[in-house]
Amino acid sequence: MTPELTRLTAVETAAKIAAREVTAVEVAQAHLDRIAEVNGTLNAFLHIDTDGALTQAKRVDAGEVEGPLAGVPLALKDVIVTRNVPTTAGSKILEGWIPPYDATIVERMRDAGIVVLGKTNMDEFAMGSSTEHSAYGAAHNPWDLERTPGGSGGGSSAAVAGFLAPLGIGTDTGGSIRQPAAVTGTVGTKPTYGGVSRYGLIAFSSSLDQAGPCARTVLDAALLHAVIAGHDPRDSTSIDADVPPVVDAARDGDVSGMRVGVVKEFAGEGYQDGVTVRFEEAVATLAGLGADVVEVSCPHFDYALAAYYLIAPSEASSNLARYDAMRYGLRVGDDGDASAEEVMAATRAAGFGAEVKRRIMLGTYALSAGYYDAYYGQAQKVRTLITRDFENAFTTVDVLVSPTTPTTAFKLGERVDDPLAMYLADLCTIPSNLYGGPAMSVPCGLSDDGLPVGFQVMAPVLADDRLYRVGAALERATGSDRLLEQVTNL
Amino acid sequence: MSDSELDAMAGQLDVILSAVGRVQQVAAADIPPTSHAVPLTNVFRPDTAAAGLSAEEALAAAPAAEQDRFRVPRILDDE
Amino acid sequence: MTTTLGAYDDVLDRYAPVLGLETHVELGTATKLFCGCSTAFGAPPNTQVCPTCLGLPGSLPVTNEAAIEFTVKIGLALHCEIATWCRFARKNYFYPDMPKDYQVSQYDEPLCTDGYLDVVVGGEAFRVEIERVHLEEDTGKSLHVGGATGRIHGATHSLVDYNRAGIPLVEIVTRPVQGTGHKAAEVARAYVTELRDVLRDLGVSDVRMEQGSLRCDVNLSLMPAGATQLGTRTETKNVNSLRSVERAVRHEVERQGARLDAGERVVQETRHFHEDSGTTSPGRSKEEAQDYRYFPEPDLVPLAPARELVEGLRATLPEPPSVRRAAFAEVNGFTAIDLEQMVNAGVLDLVGETIAAGASPTKSKGWWLGYLVGRANELDVEVSELAITVAQVARISELEDSGELTNKLARQVADAVIAGEGDVDAVIESHGWKVAGEDELIVAVDAALAAQPDIAAKIRDGNQGAVGPIVGAVMKATGGAADATRARELILERAS
Repeated sequence: MTPELTRLTAVETAAKIAAREVTAVEVAQAHLDRIAEVNGTLNAFLHIDTDGALTQAKRVDAGEVEGPLAGVPLALKDVIVTRNVPTTAGSKILEGWIPPYDATIVERMRDAGIVVLGKTNMDEFAMGSSTEHSAYGAAHNPWDLERTPGGSGGGSSAAVAGFLAPLGIGTDTGGSIRQPAAVTGTVGTKPTYGGVSRYGLIAFSSSLDQAGPCARTVLDAALLHAVIAGHDPRDSTSIDADVPPVVDAARDGDVSGMRVGVVKEFAGEGYQDGVTVRFEEAVATLAGLGADVVEVSCPHFDYALAAYYLIAPSEASSNLARYDAMRYGLRVGDDGDASAEEVMAATRAAGFGAEVKRRIMLGTYALSAGYYDAYYGQAQKVRTLITRDFENAFTTVDVLVSPTTPTTAFKLGERVDDPLAMYLADLCTIPSNLYGGPAMSVPCGLSDDGLPVGFQVMAPVLADDRLYRVGAALERATGSDRLLEQVTNL
Repeated sequence: MSDSELDAMAGQLDVILSAVGRVQQVAAADIPPTSHAVPLTNVFRPDTAAAGLSAEEALAAAPAAEQDRFRVPRILDDE
Repeated sequence: MTTTLGAYDDVLDRYAPVLGLETHVELGTATKLFCGCSTAFGAPPNTQVCPTCLGLPGSLPVTNEAAIEFTVKIGLALHCEIATWCRFARKNYFYPDMPKDYQVSQYDEPLCTDGYLDVVVGGEAFRVEIERVHLEEDTGKSLHVGGATGRIHGATHSLVDYNRAGIPLVEIVTRPVQGTGHKAAEVARAYVTELRDVLRDLGVSDVRMEQGSLRCDVNLSLMPAGATQLGTRTETKNVNSLRSVERAVRHEVERQGARLDAGERVVQETRHFHEDSGTTSPGRSKEEAQDYRYFPEPDLVPLAPARELVEGLRATLPEPPSVRRAAFAEVNGFTAIDLEQMVNAGVLDLVGETIAAGASPTKSKGWWLGYLVGRANELDVEVSELAITVAQVARISELEDSGELTNKLARQVADAVIAGEGDVDAVIESHGWKVAGEDELIVAVDAALAAQPDIAAKIRDGNQGAVGPIVGAVMKATGGAADATRARELILERAS
């Protein structure tokens, strides 16, 4: 097998397969070999679907499916439901669950010829920013194995950054695609809420969750975005509109005349110097490419983190109620004498980790009679104000930009016992989830600590193409698509 | 949860609650709440049948099954 | 614990009852509320399920358009306002037959509000105000194993079938109904009867209480006569027949009355109704109210029924049952009292069908109201569930009209049919029931007169009132097979 196959981009891989220079099976096998070699170190994959991957690769080689990503391997976050393939959402409570159905995006990727290699590690039920809340151990950052690859989708970002797969799927409720992308030097997009079907995405916070692409280049991400996006009648919140022209925008990458707003609130104290320096350089680069850069104030963004940590846990406390040991998943304490209520309580005590329990308790409290108005209700009003901040900003600028996350990858163990410090990792990413608009993290170089820095672009609802235009411009100007060549320690 | 786990969590929850309680500093009395990110209405499906699961598929993941039904521990009597 | 009861009417002499009714109706849509699974009754367990109605991780709901239209139609038929914008909400609580451990329902934004339904009891009209009509999903069904037959109490485990989970359920909630006085139980029954007829005419549900497609919770409180402060109420759950609605109200009036008389307080709680005894027993206390943590369902977008849709549906509404019934009464010569009695006894349709099967209106009414309702009560079943068809009733009535059966024999025939002995003519044949012939009758009359010579003498003296006992004796001797009119004539003739 050719080890170099794993270093190709998705576009290059698909081109070689289409040109019959290499088979999809060879590509899949090269990645499976790579996984076998380094997954023990990275802990990126929780489950490797060798048979499923090779079966799909054979379909591509037989010409049964075609498309711009036919035969390209992909790392799928374990929060996406896959028929006959174990799906745990990083939790003990779903250990061994074999779903009887596929998520819509899984069907779409199969129809596009994408080869799913397996399911990737994540913080339990996507609650976390480091993968340390995974029931199956943390994943590691290929740039520095002592550091986090981000979270919750750290398994997918580690897989993409570590050349275990050119593409990944993440889900982003408060930054779980973008923050891992930022700290691993990869590209990650949270599409417009409703742009990608949530059918088969195991819910954390239904009004915020959105699946999206992870990749090593902006164009690869756009191609995957185009495959998974579009209206799904099985998801009531799916928008029935044309998919924004993300691939064209990524190919074009022209930002001349674009109005770029720098979010004033996302700078200063708490931002690592190396992050601030790279971010400001990237802004200057965009200006140099002809963009009109202005500073924009979004005053309610300061309250986004607080509103998010009320809304998301509230919805989660309800979404996670179904893990009750009755129909699927773990059952603990069923000794023939215990009641259903006792078995449910014992199962949830044993099956959920500390962070999930914390958030369920927080959400239960925020929704309870007497506290609803002060917490959940007030958070929803703040959500309205944050949306208005975005809408006001977008009357004068085309996109907003900020650092994706205030710091580069932190060390595993550094924040795990300090929930508030952990939550700060999502400070800049959360507003877009509350608003529903699309946002992307694209690499903008390395900080002085030698670790990647992420540049966040935020756009209006259904203007996802603008992210790719800005991302592609920056990528070309800085050569950030070559950044990962520096990852050689695996 | 064990007592020590509960103690640790109670302390953390206090800290978290006072942090998220910041939302109360925002003057928003006349602001409508947002429950849905994108303002859609009237999304329906027609009243036509779609294929579901067989009993076998439905019960495959059940911790316990009996007579094609999910077997669950005794339910507390509210009488 | 024994419960002391006051007499119903005695209690209501001193206390004013306040009623409230919450009715759940399973809609007759082809598919469930949020998924494409069939709603057909009686399928093998867990064969009408999918990821959505099983609450599997990752599954999502999409609202059935027909369920919304049916609910709007119900609201319109009950003279409600139809919301211009409203949302589903999650009602969070744990129960093994509820797949997601929350129920998608409506909370403070119901689809329909502020309507009414008029009923007539004892010639008096009552307007029952409707507070709200909302849509929600049904739960699965549990089979309790190991305890007394089917009871949750003492069961070792339960078996759950989710075929019913997700079937659209409309909840119709009344405002407190005051001013019913002694008629409280009858008003409650008349309301549910009328509601059932409205729903059936709309074609939105098969409204079969015995299959659970119409279920009732009965709220009741008492307050001292003349008071304005409402008393503490109880909520009696799952009262599943029209008779039971009436009986549950009667029982709660008597039970609460006795408690109040004894200076005890009524506990705010849910209660269970027992069909066998007609009594209620305490369930969960509502005084530590469960916190359902309602919040807007983020997986479903808001409903905003277009005014054109609402007006279009209004135009399709059938005429109300009251109008249809008035026409029926007119054609068949029934009075308003006749009509009310038949409606409230739940036999109006049966009477109509019996007329259609060939019996006269008077006889049809007489059979159902005068005899079969009583039989159903004795047998403890709904009158519609009696094992006799309208065609059989019409045939018996025909034989009675032609003089082939006396009224007494005819009732014996009906009883035999209900007892499952066979069809009308077969029953008559096997029992040899036929009206006694002239010769047989003369023998019986002569024997009766001879046995009581003093009465025979009175008759000879012109005392017509003395004929009665001899008629009785003749009827007894012929096993009821005598034509009483002819027997009377013969007695007068042969005594002189």
